[in-house]
Amino acid sequence: MTIPAIALTGISKRFGPVQANRDVSLSVAPGSIHGIVGENGAGKSTLMSILYGFYEADAGEIAVGGQACRIRTPADAIALGIGMVHQHFMLVETLSVVENVVLGAEGGAWLSGGVKRARAELARLSEQFGLAIDPDAIVGDLSVGLQQRVEILKALYRGAQILILDEPTAVLTPPEADQLFALLRALREQGKTVILITHKLREIMAITDRVSVMRRGEMVAHLATPETSPPEIAEAMVGRRVLLRVEKEARPRGAKVLEAVGLDMVDARGVALLSGIDLTLHAGEIVGIAGVAGNGQSELLEVLAGLARPSRGVIRLNGQVLTSADRNPSRLRKLGLMHVPEDRLRTGLVTAFPAAENAILGYQDDPVLGPGPFLSPATIAARARDTFAAYDVRPPDPGLKTAKFSGGNQQKIVLAREIERAPRVLLVGQPTRGVDIGAIESIHRRLIGLRDSGVAILLVSVELEEVMALSDRILAMCGGRITGERLAGEADERDLGLLMAGVTEQAA
Amino acid sequence: MSAAPIELPRWADTALVPLVSVAAALAVSGLVVIGIGESPLEATALLLRGALGSAEGIGFTLYYTTNFIFTGLAVAVAFHAGLFNIGGEGQATIAGIFAALACLWLAPLPGLLLVPLAILAAAAGGALYGFIPGWLQATRGSHVVITTIMFNFLAATLTVYLLVEVIGKPGSMQPETPEFAAHAVLTPMHKLLAPLGITLPSTPLNSAFLLALAALVAVWALIFRSRLGYAIRTVGANPRAAAYAGISPARITMVAMAISGALAGGLAVNEVMGVQHRLLLDFTAGYGFVGIAVALMGRGHPVGVALAALLFGVLYQGGAELSFDKPSITRDMVVVIGGVIILFAGALDGLFRRAVAALLRPGRAA
Repeated sequence: MTIPAIALTGISKRFGPVQANRDVSLSVAPGSIHGIVGENGAGKSTLMSILYGFYEADAGEIAVGGQACRIRTPADAIALGIGMVHQHFMLVETLSVVENVVLGAEGGAWLSGGVKRARAELARLSEQFGLAIDPDAIVGDLSVGLQQRVEILKALYRGAQILILDEPTAVLTPPEADQLFALLRALREQGKTVILITHKLREIMAITDRVSVMRRGEMVAHLATPETSPPEIAEAMVGRRVLLRVEKEARPRGAKVLEAVGLDMVDARGVALLSGIDLTLHAGEIVGIAGVAGNGQSELLEVLAGLARPSRGVIRLNGQVLTSADRNPSRLRKLGLMHVPEDRLRTGLVTAFPAAENAILGYQDDPVLGPGPFLSPATIAARARDTFAAYDVRPPDPGLKTAKFSGGNQQKIVLAREIERAPRVLLVGQPTRGVDIGAIESIHRRLIGLRDSGVAILLVSVELEEVMALSDRILAMCGGRITGERLAGEADERDLGLLMAGVTEQAA
Repeated sequence: MSAAPIELPRWADTALVPLVSVAAALAVSGLVVIGIGESPLEATALLLRGALGSAEGIGFTLYYTTNFIFTGLAVAVAFHAGLFNIGGEGQATIAGIFAALACLWLAPLPGLLLVPLAILAAAAGGALYGFIPGWLQATRGSHVVITTIMFNFLAATLTVYLLVEVIGKPGSMQPETPEFAAHAVLTPMHKLLAPLGITLPSTPLNSAFLLALAALVAVWALIFRSRLGYAIRTVGANPRAAAYAGISPARITMVAMAISGALAGGLAVNEVMGVQHRLLLDFTAGYGFVGIAVALMGRGHPVGVALAALLFGVLYQGGAELSFDKPSITRDMVVVIGGVIILFAGALDGLFRRAVAALLRPGRAA
């Protein structure tokens, strides 16, 4: 057998009470694409952070190319030929591509030499791997897919033989993801080793040679991709059989609850973000917004949630026109409009707070939480304990810092907070982004349950599959406009894809 | 993520790391003492004896502590809202003007009414002078670090003008107000405790110390137990999440700066109403700046602020005694120690966190 590119043996890592990795072993063959899957909080990211030198393992050994080694900082990892592409890019948006590539590897006090070398090397790499990119483009102007390329080029420029990609497709459109996969295959052809962290089984099946499955900090399976199947992987991840489809019954929809007429929104530079949005939401229905990220869905959610002001248009909630005084989040919550924001870490949670304090975010003025101007910690903790139990938040510890929960459990904290207050309208953005399969299933069931109990739900998701599975009605958005509407039964992926690309009925 | 955040147990984060910082600062200061040609052990003994070795020394120490509690709390409250209030000096100065005007103009009122009114006036003055930079940041985006520094100079200049041209003592060459009426000032501690049969030597320590202790409790309740404190901490930790929660970051910025300024006004209460009994130039004497070190060391928590304020009280009083006994060690030594503590507790915090984290990690592979 060939010497593995990476061999991890008996890696353990503990954060306070949380055992993030327990006796994990992994062997990655050189020149292969190796997938690592697992639920959020299963320990994938911790394992890769250990490999890349962000953390040091409490126990265990690392061997790169057969050589035992110690990786204490990312610099050690880079020296060993390991490169990492983070989910959130580490780029300076105001600098050009070539400047970003040399950043940290300038090779001297004067820039010009390093930049010249980098330019030549970039040209070579671009040709070798078919990575077309303009070295002088400003990174901030590039699309997300191209920015990711810059990250990959950065790693290759530093001599990476082993490339770790952390959830690389989370931010990409489907065509961009396809391009990325083509690139990864080209890298494999050239003998590079790729480690792909993901939770999307489709990607594992499409591109990897082998796949390792983690659950609760342990490695539970090493499988050869051609010999396995999505249900088998999912079962290994969750530890039980998983329903990959959402089951819901058709139901008659109720009265009109939320209505938006002619919403326009213009940004500071005069660019139209929303134009002429008309939208109706009935009790007991889920309306899904399908669209490629950045086509106005986020702005629409923010306008409806009172976080941003439309430049024109009327919003009616329960038949009442919302005045500008009504359009702030706390007033809207009192009127029964709750909001699960798209970006739970930046908007929906204060990660530095204990979980219990996040369970009241937005409801800090609720009189049941304490006498007069005070909040009662005992009341808040008791309520959090109850909801965490009901929503299966793990660990069910209201005193634990929110940053220490996995993505899925953080999302459950947000969902529990908003659902528990009996919404009439629920705005949901990316409910399962970065959330593991087991939690996706339970979140989907919650949303269907809410809809069955008569709540009007507006769902925004970049996962077309999710929109199609949950929605009763689907609106496609492109360029800040609604480009078409389909009932759940009559929608198909190709048709919606055209609408999302802006090909409207009239044009077609 | 350029470096992983260093996670420490709570006790280590709140107690051990600050202690290590102080120890390192004292060690560096010891080196300076050696450089001067004196023995650091002898200097430490003299300093501690001067600060804590006599009832008089303790009285002076607690008097200084009072100032540091107020200015430390002022910085701490702003800190929780994500604001760096460097304007404690200026806010205390304006508070002093307000307190002095109240004491002089409202002198016909009885003391039981006059003193609380003057304290409220001081708080209002400080609050107003903290509110303005907060308002400028909230509505105009002018950073409070810049504006509060500038406002310190404005306040000092305004005091000169007022003392020389408007409310100065007639016929005096000193830029100061006439002395306040006897019923318009705070009771010295030795007089306050005399009826209880406790005899203390005469020191500047006065009933403002009790006000400072009350402020510690009040700030704790405000920050960690009240809805407003929750809003302040949310804005400080994540302004986007605050907006999502229906909390206006702009409003909280103004409110937190006003509260911060009001607390800085406590310095004026202690100095102007408790000790000097008149308004004079530069009564703030840098206490406002030391409050930054106190808040940093105390991790923004009232208990930490109390302990750090006591430490600086000891250093100030002990340092004064030390410079008396050892003329080669001037009071500037205390300023050096304060500066080194800011350096270690603030700027180089990560240095010790890393070391402490490594020490605490048990049984790791070597």
